Amino acid sequence: MSKQYTLMDHLQGQGITRRGFLKFCSITATMLALPPSLIPQIAKALESAKRPSVIWLSFQECTGCTESITRSHAPTIESLIFDFISLDYHHTLQAASGHAAEAAREQAMKDNEDQYILVVDGSIPTGNPGFSTIAGIDNKQMLIDTAKHAAAIVAVGTCATYGGLPHADPNPTNAVAVSDIIKDKPIINVPGCPPIPIVMTGVLAHFLTFGTIPDLDDLGRPKMFYGNSIHDRCYRRPFYEKGLFAETFDDEGAKAGWCLFKLGCKGPTTYNACATAKWNEGTSFPIEAGAPCIGCSQPDFWDNGGFYNALSQPTISIGETAAAAIAAGAVASVAASAIHKSAKAKAAKKHHTVTTDDME
Amino acid sequence: MSTNTIALNAFVEQMDSSMSAYFQSCTHCGLCAEACLFQTETQDPKYTPIHKIELMKRAWQQEMTLTGKLLKSIGLAKPITDDDLSEWEKVVYDGCTLCGRCSMVCPAGIDISGIIRKAREAFVASKHTPEGLRHGTKRAMELGSPMGVQLPALLAQLKHVEKDTGLSIPVDVEGADYLALLSSMEIMYYPEYIGALAKIFDHANVSWTLCSEAFEATNAGIQIGSSDLAAELVERIVSGAEKLKVKHVISPECGHAYTAIRWEGPNLIGRPFSFHVIHILELLDQLRAEGRLKTTGSWDESFTFHDPCQLVRKGGVVQEPRHLMGMFTTGLKEMPDAGVMNWCCGGGGGVSANPRAEDLKHIVFNKKKNQIEHTGVNTLVTACANCRMTIEEGAEHYNMDLNIIGLTEKLAEYLEPNQ
Amino acid sequence: MNIDSITLLNWARGSGFEWALAIFIFGTLYRVLTLLMLGRKRNLAPAKSAETSAGVRTVFRRFAPAKGLFSKAPLLHIAGITFHLGFFLILFFYTPHIEALKTVLGFSWPALPNSVITATTVVTMIAMITLLIYRITDPVRRFISDGHDYFIWVISFLPLLTGYLAFNHALLPYTLMLALHILSVELLMVLLPFTRLGHFIAIFFARFYSGSDIGRKGVSS
Repeated sequence: MSKQYTLMDHLQGQGITRRGFLKFCSITATMLALPPSLIPQIAKALESAKRPSVIWLSFQECTGCTESITRSHAPTIESLIFDFISLDYHHTLQAASGHAAEAAREQAMKDNEDQYILVVDGSIPTGNPGFSTIAGIDNKQMLIDTAKHAAAIVAVGTCATYGGLPHADPNPTNAVAVSDIIKDKPIINVPGCPPIPIVMTGVLAHFLTFGTIPDLDDLGRPKMFYGNSIHDRCYRRPFYEKGLFAETFDDEGAKAGWCLFKLGCKGPTTYNACATAKWNEGTSFPIEAGAPCIGCSQPDFWDNGGFYNALSQPTISIGETAAAAIAAGAVASVAASAIHKSAKAKAAKKHHTVTTDDME
Repeated sequence: MSTNTIALNAFVEQMDSSMSAYFQSCTHCGLCAEACLFQTETQDPKYTPIHKIELMKRAWQQEMTLTGKLLKSIGLAKPITDDDLSEWEKVVYDGCTLCGRCSMVCPAGIDISGIIRKAREAFVASKHTPEGLRHGTKRAMELGSPMGVQLPALLAQLKHVEKDTGLSIPVDVEGADYLALLSSMEIMYYPEYIGALAKIFDHANVSWTLCSEAFEATNAGIQIGSSDLAAELVERIVSGAEKLKVKHVISPECGHAYTAIRWEGPNLIGRPFSFHVIHILELLDQLRAEGRLKTTGSWDESFTFHDPCQLVRKGGVVQEPRHLMGMFTTGLKEMPDAGVMNWCCGGGGGVSANPRAEDLKHIVFNKKKNQIEHTGVNTLVTACANCRMTIEEGAEHYNMDLNIIGLTEKLAEYLEPNQ
Repeated sequence: MNIDSITLLNWARGSGFEWALAIFIFGTLYRVLTLLMLGRKRNLAPAKSAETSAGVRTVFRRFAPAKGLFSKAPLLHIAGITFHLGFFLILFFYTPHIEALKTVLGFSWPALPNSVITATTVVTMIAMITLLIYRITDPVRRFISDGHDYFIWVISFLPLLTGYLAFNHALLPYTLMLALHILSVELLMVLLPFTRLGHFIAIFFARFYSGSDIGRKGVSS
């Protein structure tokens, strides 16, 4: 039996030196919040990591997540890791189509029963099964079928993790997250619209290294990437503390790089690694580019009252509510006053007239 | 109706916008306690002014609020019982002179003493009143004076006064400008006041009269807190004044009499008066301003002036006595808090007519005693027969060497003799 | 779906706020209108001086301690005034609060620096704790206090505490603390018109009425 193809083999094949590999391992350790003493263990684990079978299902999605993970300007280790996996089924990336594609999925499921990793992007419509189908199979059914023998599920992007855009009010397809349907499998949520590439590969790296799923927060997100809020790590934080805020996108404050809180930045309540891992190979992230964080890695970020409204602002329109309350208050007052007045009149009618008899 | 229902009813009758605002405004800060001499002198929290109105507040909650009515309908409201009324009677009558200091200091603007005045209506209606006050009121209703002073007694005193002053006291003079009222105390104990009036009016050429049918200024109905009785007493004065067709009615050196006739009077009888009501100090100050009072000589003694609560806080008569004293003396040594925030003598609001409250009255007099001692003088001038009586008794109780004089009489002493 | 912090926060900023605001408006209006509709009898005794202007004057004057009273209860005055002043400064001059009020009112105004607001919050909380201790230990205060007084103390304290903790990212995750802060404010809004906290509007009427009653007698109060 020939030696199985390992990650190290793959990287060497791509011209990555051992020094480069160890550098990657140390970056991974840092990212995974592991002590440096574990770097050799990571290296050893990754070196001999076997090529896992990955089935990637795309439901109600925009392909942004796939774009994110594949669109690197130069080959990076994380993209190479992505290349290393045996991506047995992926709409956008696979050559096969139609029945051939479905057959590949079924074959992979069969060959790697209880061992393959299921990656899902996009939300699942639960309204009408016909809203979204692949090869005649509706999304929900395909998810249930494919999840059944998966080792773990990675929900990628905010649609798969929390419903995302399709789930946004009024949610015409009754879209739900993977975790709303699959209850009996470990699910790692990697939200973001899209998620940061290194976060996606980092999760895979963790799985490859330890064979386990990472520590998750209460929203099912790996704590190592989603443990801090954008605000916590934001380089503009000192301006927030000082109360220096940009009022518009082109005022002096904006030019001076002041805090974008008033322009709707959701950084304080958004947990993601943008401020540290950054985008485009560590070039920048939205706030650095002068755009407030829209909170894309949080549930229901589309419905949180407008991207440009401050976090402290109510998300509802006040006018109608106020008018209704005023009308109700006026009506109730008139009614109550009638009761009060009649109580008073009744008391006056029953008035006990004091006379000298009361002075005995 | 049972007595506690009568009380509840009497509370509810008086609810209006201001009551509603007052009852909604209190957050129990307790600052009113610092303004009440019953609290400061006894250190007993039950004399905290806002606590005194608790029963009326309870009535408001139960009958005039949504939540209160709801709680009452399911039997969760604390009822107003006869025991409650008996308990509160002690603080509402014995422990309050309606001095009004609390109303002046409340940060929420609650007119606490005004509410206590109203609350007393319910205590009267439900017969939860001190015996002494009740009997005084009965005398006032039946005999015309809480002290039982009747016309023959007045006429007898007038004869003495006429003899002493050599002036005749006009009685029942139709068409006089001013009708002077007197308090029983003045007739019985301080007839000097009547003599002083005669002298001053003669000096200033004021057309005045007394009325044989309406000479009593005090209003026992106001003191005990019954609008029904108070209205009847006001009616007596109004009919006397209307019969004599006077233009003005003079309220004497008495605090509550002024409140009764000047502020409550028209509201009690439900129609405006055809005459003006003026306090004797206001009238004298008016005469002074018009140059109709001329004094001679100067009083050399150092003295202090006690502002009657009903005059300063409930009558706005603050500068008048000081102007008048300025005419014949420079010896005034003001007490701390003199003027609008002066401390009560402890005998107002019916306390002096309530023997049950005697001990308490003496205890709280300590405040006045300290104030007087602070000035270091042995003479006190005031303009209220009831304050005068209370301070005399207090001074005696504490063995103070204190000489007490009515302002009007003192002024009369320094009038320039007419040519 | 289990309730997570962000969902709670979104509810607080959305439906929660909507309900709280509606109840607040309803309750406040109800209080004011029922109060006014009860009416006052016309006073037949001729006034000695103008009553309306006296009433208005008293509305403002009673913000300051009564003459001679401050020295009688300095702690109560200092703590009471500090608490009220602090509460208003924090409520109306902290940037996120101004942003929130802008949504309701449609206009905004300059904020105070965050450092000032944080310091004010600490001072205000200390003042409130002082008032609580005073209420418990002082014989008069304890005698006149009931459960309701302690209840509204808690209701008023919570927004300060949660706001302070949220600002400092302390004790609980920020999102949850922020949600709790907004919820505590909404609880305050809901209870304001229906508890003794209703004094926030009633005192203006009380001061006006007593001020004009006293003022018409020629006494300035």
